Amino acid sequence: METISLLGQGFSVALTPENLMLAVAGCILGTIIGALPGLGPSNGVAILIPLAFSFGLDATAALVLMTSVYYGAMYGGRISSILLNIPGDEPALMTTLDGYPMAKAGRASDALVLSGVASFVGALLATFGLILMAPLLARIAYLFGPAEYFALYLLAFATLGGLGGNNQGKAVIAACIGLSISMIGLDNSSGMERLTFGELHLIDGVDFLVAIVGLFAVTEVFVFIESGGKHSAIGVKIDKITIPVRDIIRTFGTMLRSTVIGFVAGVLPGAGASLGSFMAYSAEKAIAKDKSGFGKGDVRGVAAPEAGNNAAAGGALVPMLTLGVPGSGTTAVLLALLMTLNITPGPMLFEERPEVVWGLIAALLISNVVLLILNVPLVKIFVKILMVPPWVLLPGVTMVSFVGIYSLSGSWFDLLLMIAFGALGFFLRKLDVPTVPIILGILLGNHMEDALRRAMVISGGEWQYLFSSNIAIGLWVAAIIGFVAPMFLRKFLKKPDAVPD
Amino acid sequence: MSDRLFGTLTIVVALAYIASATQIKMAFFSDPLGPRWFPYIIGGVAVLAGLSVALRPDEEPEWPNLLVTAKIFFAGAVLVAYALTLKPLGFLIPTALAAGILSFQIEPRRLQAVLTGLGLSIGLFLIFKYALGLGLFAVPKGWIS
Repeated sequence: METISLLGQGFSVALTPENLMLAVAGCILGTIIGALPGLGPSNGVAILIPLAFSFGLDATAALVLMTSVYYGAMYGGRISSILLNIPGDEPALMTTLDGYPMAKAGRASDALVLSGVASFVGALLATFGLILMAPLLARIAYLFGPAEYFALYLLAFATLGGLGGNNQGKAVIAACIGLSISMIGLDNSSGMERLTFGELHLIDGVDFLVAIVGLFAVTEVFVFIESGGKHSAIGVKIDKITIPVRDIIRTFGTMLRSTVIGFVAGVLPGAGASLGSFMAYSAEKAIAKDKSGFGKGDVRGVAAPEAGNNAAAGGALVPMLTLGVPGSGTTAVLLALLMTLNITPGPMLFEERPEVVWGLIAALLISNVVLLILNVPLVKIFVKILMVPPWVLLPGVTMVSFVGIYSLSGSWFDLLLMIAFGALGFFLRKLDVPTVPIILGILLGNHMEDALRRAMVISGGEWQYLFSSNIAIGLWVAAIIGFVAPMFLRKFLKKPDAVPD
Repeated sequence: MSDRLFGTLTIVVALAYIASATQIKMAFFSDPLGPRWFPYIIGGVAVLAGLSVALRPDEEPEWPNLLVTAKIFFAGAVLVAYALTLKPLGFLIPTALAAGILSFQIEPRRLQAVLTGLGLSIGLFLIFKYALGLGLFAVPKGWIS
């Protein structure tokens, strides 16, 4: 009951004309960003944060806009997967397996509509999951002290490193790069300068937005120049949009199962949407009686990954909002947005700023409906966007990133730092070192250190205090399992290679 | 080989990081852990991870050839020049040049690159300045007065 009245309050926030307009704009922008190859939810949202910030939106409005972009990008990713056989973003990778063969067989419009409906089912049910689960988890989070938070941050790094990459050592190095960068600047407790090497520009620390846009957007420039426009593939044309009612009914069970799997994968810290769509597809293939159609344009192979990745996108918001621990690259970027807006996620957020939380949830429900309309009857418009050639798109994205960061601080130092992060990102990607742990490290480093130091203050320097509660021990055990288990499972669970979402 | 170098480099940088962390000034009254320990821990963990990568390297990645490497460095130099000239020269000229050069690097057609540079520079300026209301200067400040 309480939930419904809170949700009603949320709708009254989200349904103001301004926020509604932002939601629609965000959905359109997000679908475009998702559809464009090379631009996904994480770098798309990253590039837009500085702009939303300089635009002077208030917290709720900025959140409405950005989460619509986030959900929109999750929808849009499938369009280029199906028509070009190029995933618009990493989570849409699995959609290419059956989506493109289906399009080649002359059923492009059916594939687009079916995957659009699957996205809607996954995202909608996951939003309800978020409504039910987030307040519960927020209540549990009240029991967390500094020792538990320290273990929780460790868990996020461990599962992200364990599941996200192919080599644990490299993921740990990435996390250390991020954490060590976060130490630069003024020390929270003593106010003394740390590791600034006398450089005035570093006293405020390294802005995480500079790092995010550098690693996600500028890196893309170098990757693109290296690949020499290999991205230009011959696409499949579509003529008329019809609704394949029979396929939708037939795959409804698939969508529901994939939603559950995707949501769970999304809630787990570090797993994210790519794992959600991968697991949903694998599970559906495993239980199917007739597997012969998979990989050749099976409708279940189109519905499963799309429902799975959109459900995971909703699920990933649960740990981000309640604990302040993001479950994926994109939610890390959304966490960066919250921090820029001076909102601290966590259990207190639900008590102190209910209008932000419930306004956001209401906005998610609204943008889902908007996205269904955009992505089913109007999908042809977005198909046209795929025709923007890379020689316009890439310089355009680069210039937008530069202006975004420049408008934040007006300093050339930040721009150079961003380019340096872009170069670093290129090298790391070549070496198969994941970059999302770096972002997480920069975002969470100070919180993690703070938790550890407060724990030591409470205990008077006794290390055993870190393992003093059952919750803390449970989190440590989960962290160790999350980090070690994938080493043994890797033989069975071959993750498709691509950039992190 | 790349991974062995990368692992070794990580160890060297991590040790340098620990060394510079020993120079952090302590406050008069400090908590039991102080401002140095967390950087020490990060450095220590990085040394271990660097060792693991150096001792058990993955397959060698495919590095770009000399020509492509030169192209990438050139693109980096263009971006640095853009970053440094954006303020003194205003938005339009550096943006047109940088966008045009990047466009040419992706597909070497002159007219197409010139048009892309001009179009993006003017189009983005209009969007940023008038739709989003960012405080950008079109041309060097000296030209206006």
